[in-house]
Amino acid sequence: MSASSRKITPAARIGLGALPFALLVVVYAIGSHFRRLENPSDKLLPSLDTMASTFWRMATRPEPRSGDYLLWSDTLVSLARLGVGILIAASIAVFLGVLIGYLPRARATLAPFVAAISLIPPITILPILFIVFGLGELSKVMLIVIGTAPIMTRSLAQAVMDIPREQIVKAETLGASSLQMAFRVVLPQLWPHLITAIRLGLVPAWIFLISAEAIASTGGLGYRIFLVRRYLAMDVILPYVAWITLLAYLLDRILSFLSRRLFRWAHLSGESL
Amino acid sequence: MSFVEVTELSVRYDDTPVLDRVNLDVEEGAFVTIVGASGCGKSTFLRLLLSEEEPSDGVIRLAGKHLPSTPTPDRGIVFQRYSVFPHLTVADNLILPLEIERARLFGRLYGARRRALRDEVAGMIERIGLTAARNRYPAQLSGGMQQRLAIAQALLKKPRLLLLDEPFGALDPGIRRDMHELILDLWRESGMTIFMVTHDIGEAFKLGTRLIVFDKRKHDAPDPSAVGATITYDLPLHRKQGLPIGIIPETPVPDEPANPTKNETAKPGVPS
Repeated sequence: MSASSRKITPAARIGLGALPFALLVVVYAIGSHFRRLENPSDKLLPSLDTMASTFWRMATRPEPRSGDYLLWSDTLVSLARLGVGILIAASIAVFLGVLIGYLPRARATLAPFVAAISLIPPITILPILFIVFGLGELSKVMLIVIGTAPIMTRSLAQAVMDIPREQIVKAETLGASSLQMAFRVVLPQLWPHLITAIRLGLVPAWIFLISAEAIASTGGLGYRIFLVRRYLAMDVILPYVAWITLLAYLLDRILSFLSRRLFRWAHLSGESL
Repeated sequence: MSFVEVTELSVRYDDTPVLDRVNLDVEEGAFVTIVGASGCGKSTFLRLLLSEEEPSDGVIRLAGKHLPSTPTPDRGIVFQRYSVFPHLTVADNLILPLEIERARLFGRLYGARRRALRDEVAGMIERIGLTAARNRYPAQLSGGMQQRLAIAQALLKKPRLLLLDEPFGALDPGIRRDMHELILDLWRESGMTIFMVTHDIGEAFKLGTRLIVFDKRKHDAPDPSAVGATITYDLPLHRKQGLPIGIIPETPVPDEPANPTKNETAKPGVPS
């Protein structure tokens, strides 16, 4: 049997999947060990122990000055910004995506504009956002919206255009009005694509969130990382990076699960990630 | 007066003629089968009857009136693929036309009124043999089951004219024969007029009361692409005096390449 068609057991799948992670931890532990042999107070590669206890402290003990549990307050602030940004971006994307995909006139008007906007590197307009919206929450949320809405709009417009012409004609012969067609034929078939678009949009959204927090903020995961960078506090930074990665992964899994749960019809053929 | 009246109908795409001065009169209740080589305009003709496309010249009258400019419920359609809605179960696909009729704004009913619709379509689901599959999605059905659902869905609005665009083209021969029985039964019961485009000449003879052939008028023209197609043969089929149903072997026209998806067990994927 060729290697490409060999089946693997579920246990082997989990084991193989965990292997690179384990390898990474081992390599880090060895590197950290040798650095600390030379200099016991090395800051660059703190021991796994130190990182675990620092992380634990930030999660379970309030910071003396503010009384906040830093890990949780940072997480909450960041997730709120991310959630509001993605929510606004998704709403814009559905509205414009349906217009562009469904109505040729709207497509001719808006498609080139959205395509152009989507090519602006969002970080370049961050200063503009800070100037226009101030240094508060709005500018951070707006960065996420501007960074993700155009690509989400384009992918949803394409999804609407991919609905076979036959279905639209069929709906017309069943007597459907434009509004009925939008609500019974177009939008229901768009929701699984929206979830996919959100999952893809979350990748740049995290980058914009952390960037905005790094530059001007008083809380949040990105703020914390860039704050403690001044003290070379790798024992905070590294666990925070792992924590952000875990959050991003869990969000992605939850969305994937929701799509399968709510839109079973869209997952009946083929495998998906 | 004839039911469908086509007068001097022509279609050109950017000066390339597709159909050229087509004339046809069809009385109500006829089963017209349409054959012809690929690209000879027979599907275009069907789209014109549906108002999905507009003629460059000429007029189509339905029951004495000009065709409306958009598809309307008096003309049902079944395509070869994508005729049913992939996000709705079998029952919901059949409920949809009734919901559209009764919930004028968003086309969606809830609760008891919706349950009443389920009872209303139960008979139709039984009729097309999908009772056990009524809660499945189209992607979970075989090609034949999908087409039975598509036909049932088109008939729920009780169209006077049913248009079939190669509806059985992707099905196995055995399944195709079952579908022939179903469509003939439904046609006899309803008294509707059917236009069916097919590549299968045997099917055309077997089902039709009238067979029309689309072809170019001249094949030896200097530039064949400058000549549109028209009806070159118009054969009334007197089925009662003719051969019994099923005696003509079902041979596909050779210009249709074998399609690997023509398989009853194949479950075409949902576009994603």
